[in-house]
Amino acid sequence: MASSKLADRLASISPTKRDALSFYLFIAPWMLGFLAFTLGPIVASLGLSFTQYDMMLPPKYVGLQQYQRLFADPLFYTSLSNTLYIVALAVPTSMLSSFLIALLLNQKVRGMAAYRTAYYIPSIVPAVASAALWMYLLQPQWGVVNGLLRSVGLPAPGWLAARAWAKPAIVLVMVWGSGGTMIIYLAGLQDIPEALYEAAEIDGAGRWGKLRHVTLPLMTPTIFFTLVMSIIGTFQVFAVIFVLTDGMGGPVNSTLVYLIYIYRNAFVFFKMGYTSAMAWVLFVIILALTLIQFRTAPLWVYYEAERRPTR
Amino acid sequence: MTAATYRRPQLTKIARRLVAHLFLLVGASFFIFPLVFLVSTSLKASRQIAKFPPELIPNPWIWRNFSDVFIYAPMHLYFVNTLRIVIPSLVGATITSSLAAYAFARIKAPGGDVIFVILLSTMMLPGVVTLIPTYIIFSKIGWVGTFRPLVIPTLAGSPFFIFLLRQFFMTIPMDLEDAALIDGCGRFRIWLSIMMPLAMPALATVSVFAFMGAWNDYMGPLIYLANRMQYTLSLGLQVFVSNHGAEWGMLMAASTMMVLPVIALFFFAQKSFIQGITMTGIKG
Repeated sequence: MASSKLADRLASISPTKRDALSFYLFIAPWMLGFLAFTLGPIVASLGLSFTQYDMMLPPKYVGLQQYQRLFADPLFYTSLSNTLYIVALAVPTSMLSSFLIALLLNQKVRGMAAYRTAYYIPSIVPAVASAALWMYLLQPQWGVVNGLLRSVGLPAPGWLAARAWAKPAIVLVMVWGSGGTMIIYLAGLQDIPEALYEAAEIDGAGRWGKLRHVTLPLMTPTIFFTLVMSIIGTFQVFAVIFVLTDGMGGPVNSTLVYLIYIYRNAFVFFKMGYTSAMAWVLFVIILALTLIQFRTAPLWVYYEAERRPTR
Repeated sequence: MTAATYRRPQLTKIARRLVAHLFLLVGASFFIFPLVFLVSTSLKASRQIAKFPPELIPNPWIWRNFSDVFIYAPMHLYFVNTLRIVIPSLVGATITSSLAAYAFARIKAPGGDVIFVILLSTMMLPGVVTLIPTYIIFSKIGWVGTFRPLVIPTLAGSPFFIFLLRQFFMTIPMDLEDAALIDGCGRFRIWLSIMMPLAMPALATVSVFAFMGAWNDYMGPLIYLANRMQYTLSLGLQVFVSNHGAEWGMLMAASTMMVLPVIALFFFAQKSFIQGITMTGIKG
């Protein structure tokens, strides 16, 4: 009875309105999640950053004090500069190596699928397992990596035990797991129409000319995408370093990255106001960097005339 | 003369191939050898592990490391705990993501485009800004120390999955759907009985990535799980690392146990992996 009434009422609604209704019903689960776990918390963390809050006593409004304390905190600068160092080293290294591998793989070499698998698999190894593995490989006295270096007469650094080498060691582990970027580049390379290379050849382009004038321009949208995403991701590196240094960011804070410092303030000291200010500062830094990249993109990112830039 | 000019490109082509293979092999060994050492060390006796220079082949072959792991850590329990988070996340995220993806791909509604842009921009949102308030809420409603904070948020679907499925739905021809609409089929029926069966490959891709996300997650369990009996594999492994860091054979055995299912899944669903990465990476 009730259901037929409902059906009658539904039938009387115009098709466009019915569509709008079903659209909102379909996206409702995501929308609820977005409001509850994304938008709400973003706003709340901005609010919390103006308070002092330890989760025991109610939050106390302190104005800009948390930000003032943050900008006077030497460890804030340490963690920020460590993070920037890792971003500056890991992002270009993994992008460049991924691109070179993808170029090599795109030459229709035999065993392409096997190579692709070999390069990709480390990127799906869980961060904790990969940290445990590299802890073993980078062991200074008898580790495999130093064994290899010594056998070819190179100096064997202390890696995770040495202040100067701990960050490069982390970057090494991150580059090891960057196979996903390579897969993206390879797919991008395979999307480039063969006809363009043939046209370039007719115009007298050699291998370098084809790379410079066909491959690179057509790959810039893909390179742009990976650049944006890997900068955002690398700024938030956490698990690998947390496990490698037992949560300390050592030796002597040399791998204390931003997220480890956030973790310590939030879940060891329960300084929720302070940590919210930290999170917002990082958010603003990442947002600014992303906007700069989008603004400067027209200078170097090439879009084919008929292909509309969707994002 | 003619023969020489004819043959030269052939030779350089072969030489070029060889050089490419040489570089690729050197590169591949950097990516693969660590994993080979992971497995081989898990089968070595501790005497051999500390030997210098390091040896690749276990001598003698030892299985004890694997059984020893269980003496110090209930890996089987961690495994079950991980599945208790992974399976609901995977099922829930796939269903809700595909609902939203269908709406974004096919249904016109006021504000739809704006909402889609918002969705895309959340893909670039650093998760750290939502961390603290989310933790406070879960803590206030008594969910810290349960699996709920790790499962419930994933049930809303993720922008990455929604985008991927939307791209896939866009490639499905309209004809089938138009016919169904004329027959008076509702949107939900169309989604369930036309789109979902056609989208199986894309749904497989999404499930694979949902699985990987939950399986590999470390920060979530670290923050939300308090009781040792609730640990997931990644958390259990980390505690194992801090407590038994020097017992390398056992540590590598424990790590192997965590890595092998993932690698097995990759070989089982290779296409899904590659498609998942390329679809969001390229067509963006």
